[in-house]
Amino acid sequence: MSESPTSPPMLTDDFAPGEVNFMKVEDFNFFYGKKQALHGINLTIPSRKVTAFIGPSGCGKSTLLRNFNRMNELIPGTRHEGDITIHGTSIYDPSVEVIALRRRIGMVFQKSNPFPMSIYGNIVYPLRIAGERDRDVLDGAVERCLRSAALWEEVKDRLHESALSLSGGQMQRLCIARAIASRPEILLMDEPCSALDPIATAKVEELIIELRKDFTILIVTHNMHQASRVSDLTAFFYLGSLVEYDITQKIFTNPSSQQTEDYITGRFG
Amino acid sequence: MNSLTKASGNFFTQDGKGTSPLRLIRNGLLTGLCISLSLLTLLPLFSIVMLVVKNGWPLMSPALFTELPPPPGLEGGGFANAIIGTVIMVGIALLLAIPLGILAAIHITEYAPESFLSKSVRMVAKLLNGIPSIICGVFAFAAIVMTMHGFSALAGGVALSILILPTILLTSEQALLAVPGTYREASLGLGATSFQTILRVVLPDALPAIMTGVMLAVARAAGETAPVLFTALFSANWIHSIMEPTASLPVLIYNFAALPFDYQVKMAWSASLILVTVVTLTNVLAQIFFRPKHR
Repeated sequence: MSESPTSPPMLTDDFAPGEVNFMKVEDFNFFYGKKQALHGINLTIPSRKVTAFIGPSGCGKSTLLRNFNRMNELIPGTRHEGDITIHGTSIYDPSVEVIALRRRIGMVFQKSNPFPMSIYGNIVYPLRIAGERDRDVLDGAVERCLRSAALWEEVKDRLHESALSLSGGQMQRLCIARAIASRPEILLMDEPCSALDPIATAKVEELIIELRKDFTILIVTHNMHQASRVSDLTAFFYLGSLVEYDITQKIFTNPSSQQTEDYITGRFG
Repeated sequence: MNSLTKASGNFFTQDGKGTSPLRLIRNGLLTGLCISLSLLTLLPLFSIVMLVVKNGWPLMSPALFTELPPPPGLEGGGFANAIIGTVIMVGIALLLAIPLGILAAIHITEYAPESFLSKSVRMVAKLLNGIPSIICGVFAFAAIVMTMHGFSALAGGVALSILILPTILLTSEQALLAVPGTYREASLGLGATSFQTILRVVLPDALPAIMTGVMLAVARAAGETAPVLFTALFSANWIHSIMEPTASLPVLIYNFAALPFDYQVKMAWSASLILVTVVTLTNVLAQIFFRPKHR
């Protein structure tokens, strides 16, 4: 049912049972200074699914994504109205520490951004800043995360070499491995493949589908095919508003809004 | 002859005209002028080095580095106390200026780049950078020598620290600004505090560039005469405490060069040679070891 974007899309049986109301965005407005970037967004995101945000540049999809872990607060002069809840708790509740929030929500950026340290050092970074000193725990985490990110076989013999010696696609998978090191439940991905070649993109997409078993993934993408390949649900944004939100297959085969159809068929955007 | 200068009608001269000889001559002349003027800029440095080596080398001996200066008129001895004095005063200056400069740079780049305080600090550092070194000496004289009733290595160190503080602050600021914002974003996105982000990601990346600034500051402080002349004065003896008058290489050169005794003048040349060597080496090392490693 997609008459109103407020209600979660009807999930069919072939969707593994997740928590349907895992994340909720309620009447959300967002402002950069005087400029309003998001207009009254209402959205419900189920757990353990991949939800894609699509839309033309400047439509607010990245802005919304960066609100889930409150990264937008780092930009001076921004403010929001409305609320975002995760598992029933508002992320703006005074009892929520933004540091803890960001540990529970991993983020992968458009351009891979490994630290100028070793591969090992990159992955244990989120654990070390949280005070983990135990060598065995750190070693275990490195192998676990690199395996999850399908990078272990490629780098296991050079864990202590600089992360900057990796290829672009490897760097992005390293960033994904780093993002899941603190065992978050949610992964935010801001156009994770836009700087990668088709082969590296295919690997990251495979990885996203694999990671869906353990994580709730929100992915912003410009690539329509990518959204249709990796996501379960798709939200289409235009000019800061949510136009349509539904099961991906339906969005791409039978969208209910004319704007959505125009966009996915490439008539504008 | 050269087909390009003749109207021989090949592929490059299809319009039938070669390049005019006047253009070629003018080009040659200007290139020559630039090369000779560039060579001319090397001349002062080379003359200084040649002169200092020629005059300073004859007296060079291990004794210079281990013994006290001779009384006026006598020969032999060295200026070990001046070398130690310079090291101590530069050390005091670094001890004061490095924490102050780097912490201030962190504040104005990482914590509050647009605040009134940060803008003021930036402004004041630039102004301070242009203040003549003798003013730093006069200030330390008034602030420390007068209040503590005596010349001292401490006063000299403070004067030098005022001199190098803006260098360290401004180079640290540039070093921190050169750290990519994506590193900060990545670190904060992983749940790090601002402090952890600065300590573990930003500072390590900026450190080589910060160290370059520190080395340049060392080179500057070691060679300055005016600030220490007013504050540490001079001493012919070993240093026992940082609260007493202390010898330094620049002041030794200044004092000995003006003496009517041949041997002391030669010692001043040798001290100059050592100073020039140390300053040049520091500069060169700063360039070699702390050049940016990646990107």
